[in-house]
Amino acid sequence: MKSVVIRLALAAVVGIVASAASAQTLNTIKTRGSINCGSNGTLAGFGLPDSQGRWTGLDVDFCKALAAAIFNDPSKAKFVPLTAKDRFTALQSGEVDLLARNTTWTSSRDTSLGMNFTAINYFDGQGFMVRKALKVNSALELGDAAVCVQQGTTTELNLADYFRANKMKLKTVTFATSTEAVKAYDAGRCDAYTTDASGLAGERLRLANVNDHVILPEVISKEPLGPAVRHGDDQWFDIVKWTHYAMVNAEEFGITQANVDDQKKSDNPDIKRLLGTEGKHGEALGLPDDWAYRIIKHVGNYGESFERNVGQGSPLKIARGLNGLWNKGGLQFAPPVR
Amino acid sequence: MSDIATTTDAKLMEGPAFVRGQPLAPLPPPLAEAGAIGWMRKNLFSSTLNVVLTIVCAALIVWLVPPLVKYLLIDAVWEGSIRADCLPRPDRPEIGACWAFVIDRINFFTYGFYPIEERWRVNVFFVLLAAGVVWMAWLDAPRRDLGVIYFFVVMPVVSLILLLGWPLVGLAKVPTTSWGGVLVTVVVSAVGIVFSLPIGIVLALGRRSQMPAVRLFSVIFIEFVRGVPLITVLFMASVMLPLFGPETWSPDKLLRALVGVSLFAAAYMAEVVRAGLQAIPKGQYEAAMAVGLGYWKTMGLIVLPQALKITIPNIVNTTIGLFKDTTLVFIVGIFDFLMTIEAARVDPNWATPGISTTGYAFAAIFYLIFCYGMSRYARFVEARLAAGDRR
Repeated sequence: MKSVVIRLALAAVVGIVASAASAQTLNTIKTRGSINCGSNGTLAGFGLPDSQGRWTGLDVDFCKALAAAIFNDPSKAKFVPLTAKDRFTALQSGEVDLLARNTTWTSSRDTSLGMNFTAINYFDGQGFMVRKALKVNSALELGDAAVCVQQGTTTELNLADYFRANKMKLKTVTFATSTEAVKAYDAGRCDAYTTDASGLAGERLRLANVNDHVILPEVISKEPLGPAVRHGDDQWFDIVKWTHYAMVNAEEFGITQANVDDQKKSDNPDIKRLLGTEGKHGEALGLPDDWAYRIIKHVGNYGESFERNVGQGSPLKIARGLNGLWNKGGLQFAPPVR
Repeated sequence: MSDIATTTDAKLMEGPAFVRGQPLAPLPPPLAEAGAIGWMRKNLFSSTLNVVLTIVCAALIVWLVPPLVKYLLIDAVWEGSIRADCLPRPDRPEIGACWAFVIDRINFFTYGFYPIEERWRVNVFFVLLAAGVVWMAWLDAPRRDLGVIYFFVVMPVVSLILLLGWPLVGLAKVPTTSWGGVLVTVVVSAVGIVFSLPIGIVLALGRRSQMPAVRLFSVIFIEFVRGVPLITVLFMASVMLPLFGPETWSPDKLLRALVGVSLFAAAYMAEVVRAGLQAIPKGQYEAAMAVGLGYWKTMGLIVLPQALKITIPNIVNTTIGLFKDTTLVFIVGIFDFLMTIEAARVDPNWATPGISTTGYAFAAIFYLIFCYGMSRYARFVEARLAAGDRR
């Protein structure tokens, strides 16, 4: 009897979630007049308030790009700060329209959590930071090193796996928070500190002598980060996916925030299709044909957003690396608009 | 004869030559009893235990205060706009607190993500709230009956319209996800404190009620809420609740947290009030009944005034605890004051080794001022209400 009740309750919950997902997200957003964007409020470079409390970051720019495509006004993106714990519920329950919160794309999240990852807007991976004085050039030379790491994270597990796979002896020093781990590393309790490479750049700035430390080139895990949407609304899925692709394509064609108006007069058919001067490529998405023009005009192309938030234009100074364009040694590749 | 007699009387009055007619001026008290030394002997060194305690405390002060002053004031950086300003330089090798960072971020700490052009509304809210608190807290203030109406009816409604916005009167809507910083901390604690006391009193009366259903409900509610941690309550309210309703019905996240915090604090408040109720002698109830008062009049006129008076220290205790517990709303992604500091300290524009310490020091000072203020005020009220007991 009891189990029947529980099953019924579960079925009801699942049914509600499913019905919520099939609603027309784009129409809801247009009626509401704003996009609710699930964001991280505490990650440097991805989602962080500035001194006046305005949202900044790579993921934040992505939501602004969506708002630009739909409303021609990036300020229509509203940000809902979410924690790592409540982010999936917020997406499933419809509290947010999309999750652009540095969420790693994994098979279980993509399938059983009722969400779809749209594209990868940042290829991350776990990296190492060491003292320059150690003269270590590769993570493979870290045998017998003491490594500071945050406790109970996948980072800790990846670290153990990597050392075991490469038959190196590992001495981990674990801490409850990353702040403690960084302090301990700075105080010399460990030879290396490990976390996601994007995080390392920010942590490095918290050290007493920034220039005494380097980030090693290897990454030992795959952490593809990207925006995700609910299952069941393919139109919305397409819009989110193509917003990212439009920004990558724009970079590939050399269209920037500054020159987008000139580029609109270009004879290049690729550019004409992207900026909506030829063909009806926005219509199929439920957007105006100049949707990509709006994105670039208000937010810029992918490279501009990258450099502004995490690259050379920011204190983080992360190199493009894996996030470079496919034809420049990176992995960012966008299907053509045609 | 008479002349002689007069002289003799006068002589007698004066007494013999070796007897002093006028009392001597009193000697100063012994050096060991007066002045600073006497005070110290009496207050600091009166027994072996006190001597030990004094020495330990003095050692603690000498050990802690100079470095603290050095860090917070002398070595502190007051001006700057970028992380380099708070890094050690050759002419300034020791770096203390980076107050420039706090000054740069003070708007974020105060208003969170509240739209910049609408922040005057938050300022007006702070002024309204301060006026209400002063009106209520100043025991000799004029028209305190109007003050009650203002504090419990007018101000909450006006504040709600002001903060949330009402397009009809030209105030743009501001969703609660944009609220943050001191604003959220003040809203959560004010709502928690204001709601928990009345609900707590009702629950306490319910728990002592003769009616089984009321009593059972009160007991179950109080024991259930006290049996789960606040984090669990907030987490359930934030993560589980939305899944049980349709998409269109998703109560505001801040509202959910407010309800959770209020009910949680109410359960604790109920037990505090119940302790006060139990301390009132049975004779008081019987006397009230003897003069023909009903249940509500007995409670309202005789029992509760006495019970609440003796529970003031505990009520304040719970209130201060609640004020600090509001920081737990960060667990559901609400940017309270502490969370804004958490967010600001990871900003690469300011990231230096000392930024976290500075941020936390600022938070500590903020909470210390508020909590100490509340506790001082409670002692003042207590002393005033206890005037009758001292007679």
